[in-house]
Amino acid sequence: MAFRIKTPGLATTVQDQGRFGHYNVGIPQSGSMDQYSAELGNALVGNSVQDAVLECTYVGPALITDHHVVIAITGAPVDIKVNGMPRPQWTRLRLNAGDELSFGVIQGGTRYYIAVSGGIDVPEVLGSRSTYSLGVIGGFKGRKLETGDEVAIGDPINNRTLSAVEAVPENFRPVFTKEQVVRIVLGLYDHRLSVEGLDNLLHGEWTVTPVADRMGLRYSGPGVTWKDREQPFGAGSDPSNIVDAGYAVGSIQIPGGTQPIILHRDAVSGGGYAMVATVISADMDLVARAAPGTATTFRAVSQHEALSAREELSDRKNEAWAAVGATR
Amino acid sequence: MAIIVSPLPGIFYRKPGPGKPPFANEGDTIVIGQTVGIVEIMKQFTEIQSDVAGVLQSFEVDDGAMVNPGDAIIVIHEG
Repeated sequence: MAFRIKTPGLATTVQDQGRFGHYNVGIPQSGSMDQYSAELGNALVGNSVQDAVLECTYVGPALITDHHVVIAITGAPVDIKVNGMPRPQWTRLRLNAGDELSFGVIQGGTRYYIAVSGGIDVPEVLGSRSTYSLGVIGGFKGRKLETGDEVAIGDPINNRTLSAVEAVPENFRPVFTKEQVVRIVLGLYDHRLSVEGLDNLLHGEWTVTPVADRMGLRYSGPGVTWKDREQPFGAGSDPSNIVDAGYAVGSIQIPGGTQPIILHRDAVSGGGYAMVATVISADMDLVARAAPGTATTFRAVSQHEALSAREELSDRKNEAWAAVGATR
Repeated sequence: MAIIVSPLPGIFYRKPGPGKPPFANEGDTIVIGQTVGIVEIMKQFTEIQSDVAGVLQSFEVDDGAMVNPGDAIIVIHEG
């Protein structure tokens, strides 16, 4: 069983929940950028939460299945076509051998997901099937898909019966807008910002630039200024430089004080820029959905609020799985 | 009249590179599949190709401007 890739789309990669435990040696976690949407695709097709999906970025692939399969497309809104005929999103779809799946123009957000019953069957590398393109690790030969690739599909779990619910109810589908409020926890280096710099970060409006990918998203906006200091030995000369340190996933750095960058799932694990804040884990999917031009404000929350938000998201995922008659 | 839209967000360029001539100009005869511009996103350049034949009537986006998915880029007078 396989998908034959007719046209690959812009950057279609195999992703799962991510590759954990190797960040200390510079291997980022990778995994689906919008975990919530990817997960619910798996829920619809009777997979486990760990199964791998195809992540499509802006422009999706055209592919042909060589076997009858059950699929679901979740994530950013897009027109779905099977043999040229429209099909619904967030809904279980059945393809016959020889059917062609293709997509129209994306209508918002950044990424949509193709989940298939049985999961995408590529070898695990360091415990994950996720593609880390920069490191040529995991996924399909460590890279994005290309024309002519045959992407293997796993055996559905014990041919298990699918739930009676065919679609994710509307109230469990994320909203894809061009305005976002992203919650952050300040630190470790917010003390390096001037009073106005911190005020700009927290009350300014920041816009996602086209320089945004799986490694990180760059924003334009009012910029920030820093407190004066003599740069310590080992730090670069710009006030945004620090002596090299580890970067948290979701941390925000502002090279030169002009354009903040949020590091995402394929980011480097360390470097010499001051991290003024970190996006809370519960809002990382939200950031992943931000298309260029998205107007963003950052709202500071406490670590306690961040942990509560993480629990709430986990509860919401469980509820969403239950709403499609599946167990997470 | 046919409108060529961008399938993806990014920066629209009329030329394949600095100092090179544009892919196409107003008044040019365009054939199906001809590249009329490129959009840059995620360090990748995606060629925008015409799906109709005709005469290039106008550019709806400036060279170097940002486009969103579905934005009109070029109007072509078919025939």
